[in-house]
Amino acid sequence: MQQVFRRPESLKDVQTHFCPGCHHGTIHRIVAETLDEFDLARKTIGVASIGCSVFLYSYFDLDVVESPHGRAPAVATGVKRARPDRFVFTYQGDGDLAAIGTAEIIHAANRGEDITVIFVNNTTYGMTGGQMAPTTLPGQRTSTSPYGRRSEKEGFPVRVAELLSGLDGVAFSARAAVNSPRNIMDAKKQMKKAFRYQIEGKGFSFVEFLSACPTNWGMGAIEANERVGREMCEYFRLGTFKNTANL
Amino acid sequence: MPTIEIDELRCKGCGLCTIACPKKLITLSEQINNHGYTPALFQETEIKCTGCALCAEMCPDVAIKVFK
Amino acid sequence: MAKRLLVRGNEAICMGAIEAGCRYYFGYPITPQNDIPEFMSREMPGLNGEFIQAESEIASINMVLGAAATGARAMTSSSSPGISLKMETISYMAGMEIPCLIVNISRSGPGLGGIDASQGDYFQAVKGGGHGGYHIIVLAPSSIQEMYDLTMLAFDLAEIYRMPAMILGDAVVGQMKEPLIPHPRPHRELPAKDWALRGTEEGGQRVVKSLFLGDGELEAHNWKLFAKYRDLAAKEARWEDYETADATLIATGFGSAARIAKTAVAMAREEGMKVGLLRPITLFPFPAKAFASATEHCKTVLDIELNTGQMVEDVRLSVARDAEVHFYGRPSGTGSLPTPEELLEQIRRYYRN
Repeated sequence: MQQVFRRPESLKDVQTHFCPGCHHGTIHRIVAETLDEFDLARKTIGVASIGCSVFLYSYFDLDVVESPHGRAPAVATGVKRARPDRFVFTYQGDGDLAAIGTAEIIHAANRGEDITVIFVNNTTYGMTGGQMAPTTLPGQRTSTSPYGRRSEKEGFPVRVAELLSGLDGVAFSARAAVNSPRNIMDAKKQMKKAFRYQIEGKGFSFVEFLSACPTNWGMGAIEANERVGREMCEYFRLGTFKNTANL
Repeated sequence: MPTIEIDELRCKGCGLCTIACPKKLITLSEQINNHGYTPALFQETEIKCTGCALCAEMCPDVAIKVFK
Repeated sequence: MAKRLLVRGNEAICMGAIEAGCRYYFGYPITPQNDIPEFMSREMPGLNGEFIQAESEIASINMVLGAAATGARAMTSSSSPGISLKMETISYMAGMEIPCLIVNISRSGPGLGGIDASQGDYFQAVKGGGHGGYHIIVLAPSSIQEMYDLTMLAFDLAEIYRMPAMILGDAVVGQMKEPLIPHPRPHRELPAKDWALRGTEEGGQRVVKSLFLGDGELEAHNWKLFAKYRDLAAKEARWEDYETADATLIATGFGSAARIAKTAVAMAREEGMKVGLLRPITLFPFPAKAFASATEHCKTVLDIELNTGQMVEDVRLSVARDAEVHFYGRPSGTGSLPTPEELLEQIRRYYRN
């Protein structure tokens, strides 16, 4: 009998701090599996952001640099320009990337930096206690939108994957989810394509992952997982929005 | 015979594997582990594990090994 | 005879940086430092380096963070409001112990202020302008030659002490032209960069971070940083003594103010007054011992700055107890730069034979 499913090598054999049912763990594993598949881990420099994702270096056996809140794409730009022979990715949440870091993601993407950005969208600020995020859905209650997000006052959820696909500097932009085995398989394919863009020097690649945050949504893990499919996938359409090299 | 092994110290009892298993062979234990979670429990009946690994794919904590 | 070039101060910084091996420049336009990104945008491509005009001051300092985290010599430049924007990341880099160069060709403030020469950023530069209690190395050139020399020194000190370094200038030293004698980068023993990120194929995992959550970790980290500041003070304080040996009044000031003060001191000497100039070259570490020993015999100090009194606080903390410290400042705006005659008048006011 052979082991057919095992922990990827680039993921450390440690317990994470993530809450039960949090999709960060699944997304970490997909990233690690893809790094292993392309044998990239040993030539990778990861760029961590601020939020629940900051402990990247505790879970991945990679060289990692921390970034100030929202600035990971600028930090990754500096890393990649200085070490173009390294594989460079950022891993950022929605508060980090789509609010405070809006300028950095737009311009790194628009310059066509040869990096991969992994964006985890869970419609809330996880680490600080579930405040309203730029991706919070209309009507969604959070700790700073206690009556539900009112679009007339608080605007609309930002669809980052679509937004970036409109920039000429972007080579690949896609959105995936990890709420079902089928979506996980698709997510892995998107992750692979994004990494191939960088490996082949074909430009800026971006994958948005829809993610559950059971604790801050006030839901059980299974209910939160279902919400991803029921509500998030409705607003944030899964798919590929740009694939310039048809990978 | 295909089978799985759940690391009950790593399991946080989220239950996502229980909905992933097409054969419904995984439930949550009533015992709590040393982190205070009720870990997943794999129990075959007359229905057997096929080693499809969907439980492991869904597990956010990489707590399931699959053998085939 | 050595080659002499007539260059602008901002260009001298670029030439010094290139001679020091800096190949990564990230910046954003702001007056009066635009000669720096313009020069670097011309030179970097031919040197196999990288130049990026970033989307903001914030992005540019974070690009420096990324490049410098791999061990590369990287720099940014800006002027006061832009430096304020960079402060968060400068604090991160101080915490992460990342060496780099930040150039502040400062302008007058507060707020949008003006573009005139000013020294209003002394506190921000030397007291740790960002959050969390840290310092960076701060060097204050007062000639075009020093803009070149101190830029090279800044890169070396940054690497030796693993911390950001700043050149603090203004429009006077940034934009005027003076002869410069270029020379090869002086040899200094530099520590191995055993912290720089490079991918684990060259060894175990390396992490460059400023988050320390374990019991006692952050306190230990702060004491480690503090020990470097103490080391810097003991080993790296630099200053210029001009006619101080027999002086009964010592003028002091840094950068462009010290240039004007030096002329005033020379004029006072011509009038027979025993006056000297003690000019801090390193603002952090502050040359406190130089002030302590100079004021053992000279009891009158006149501090001159282009602000309402900032460095004077460090001077007062450094002099002998019975020394008097006077201050003359011109917080700058259009038409506020003091003349040598104006400073000579101040020297006469406090001079006692």
